[in-house]
Amino acid sequence: MVTKTRPVEVNQRIEAEAPAFRVRNLSFFYGREKVLKGITMDIPRHRVTAIMGPSGCGKSTFLRVLNRLYERIPGAKATGEVWLDGENILDPRLDVVALRRKVGMVFQKPNPFPKSIFDNVAYGPRIHGVRGRRKLSFIVERALRQAALWDEVKDKLKRSAFDLSGGQQQRLCIARALAVEPQVLLMDEPTSALDPAATAKIEELVRTLSQGFTVVIVTHNLQQAARVSHHTAFLLSGELVEYAPTEELFTRPKDPRTEDYLTGRFS
Amino acid sequence: MRRRHWEGLGYVLLSLSAGAVLLVLGAVVLFLLVQGAPALSWEFFTSFPRRGMTQGGILPALVGTGYLMAGTVVISVPLGVGAAVWLSEYARGGRWLRAVRVGVNALAGVPSIVFGLFGLAFFVKAMGLGVSLLSGVLTLSLLALPVVIRAAEEALRAVPEEFREGAYALGATPWQAIHTVVLPAALPGILTGAILAVGRAAGETAPIMFTAAAYYTPRLPRSPLDEVMALPYHLYVMATESTFFWKTRHLQYGTALALLVLVLSFYLIAGLLRARARRRKRW
Repeated sequence: MVTKTRPVEVNQRIEAEAPAFRVRNLSFFYGREKVLKGITMDIPRHRVTAIMGPSGCGKSTFLRVLNRLYERIPGAKATGEVWLDGENILDPRLDVVALRRKVGMVFQKPNPFPKSIFDNVAYGPRIHGVRGRRKLSFIVERALRQAALWDEVKDKLKRSAFDLSGGQQQRLCIARALAVEPQVLLMDEPTSALDPAATAKIEELVRTLSQGFTVVIVTHNLQQAARVSHHTAFLLSGELVEYAPTEELFTRPKDPRTEDYLTGRFS
Repeated sequence: MRRRHWEGLGYVLLSLSAGAVLLVLGAVVLFLLVQGAPALSWEFFTSFPRRGMTQGGILPALVGTGYLMAGTVVISVPLGVGAAVWLSEYARGGRWLRAVRVGVNALAGVPSIVFGLFGLAFFVKAMGLGVSLLSGVLTLSLLALPVVIRAAEEALRAVPEEFREGAYALGATPWQAIHTVVLPAALPGILTGAILAVGRAAGETAPIMFTAAAYYTPRLPRSPLDEVMALPYHLYVMATESTFFWKTRHLQYGTALALLVLVLSFYLIAGLLRARARRRKRW
């Protein structure tokens, strides 16, 4: 199969100053199946970038390349380059632990550990060697505040994380990711398991977070992409069809396939 | 109409088979209770057999079985859990994995007398440990090992993948993810399986017959290299080899009852543990 590299012009309307990720001709394979096809894009720092597209378009896979979490799947292989801080993160010699400290992740279904609220948030710092009750308390409080959860849980930090509602659990997972002070937060359809009220809270949080973090959020919900993101990429069958500032992509799509998707001709 | 008849018949037959299980257990327990209860007394549990085993108690056999079980736990649980962790968390397909898996299954299918003979040839003779508590523990551990491995692997696999992903995404190394998240979540299941395996091993006669068990010891074991008495073997010799075996019926039943209660109480503990874990588990 011939790999068709996307023209670089898709990036021209994205702010060019020091992007967080530079993705160059990224292809991804599960065994012989090609899931991502030569994706090239810059993901800007301190902005929310939405990756949208129908199920099976490769958007979750794309996210899992950015922190190399795909490696756990046997037979998975990525080619091309993804640059972060001057390092190609696809380089097999790269220290994945260091990468994942920089690039946090929040999953589709809230997945707190079966531990207390405190221990969930303190998990990351602890495995990276932070010791001392006071230091950890400070980190935990800061992360919970950043995730807009502190006021709801400050009196029950020792309770099980499973005592929280679904939306609270998801914010706890966000706090857990923030506690290791990443630069980037990857979010894989973080609200798909939540009710509308909890979803609204998470979306508000995502916008706030972009002041200090680079956020890459995968969603199949168009409105969500429109509401929370500064830039939107549209993926279809593993191909980057269009990538533009969100408003532009939603109001003046360049590619007929984007328009079809936006007008609900397929989903 | 026809179909409903078959349904009815099927239901009755299936209920009967289910009931038969309870019936068998009930019959065994009741029979042993009736026959063995008269033998039970404080003295029965706290004294040595006397007068060619026609009188006295089962203290040394009880203690011996206790030591054998404790030793089996100490050896088979760490080894078994280690193997299970490797199988479920590290192994990524390939020949070596298949070989280990086949090995575990084969080990589980080996008759216990074969373990006994292997123990005799290897631990007792080749390694020179002699007929001893240690040889018995090692042999019983081999017997319990595949059961512990399977139970532990099952418990590990029941831990949701999301927990592992969560840990890895935070930069955990495989070992960190395993010992801080996966193992704690699987612990109740692992313990339950280990208790069942060791309970099963405690009741075995064949593996200890040539490796650890003594017909009679005048004192309690003082070192791992001492011979020990054990409940199942004690029962066996009283029923078949003692000089006045017809005079010791009630002692035999008492011993059988003690062994049964010991093993069943292990199952009970395992059951309670499992129930407790299920109540507290919320994923």
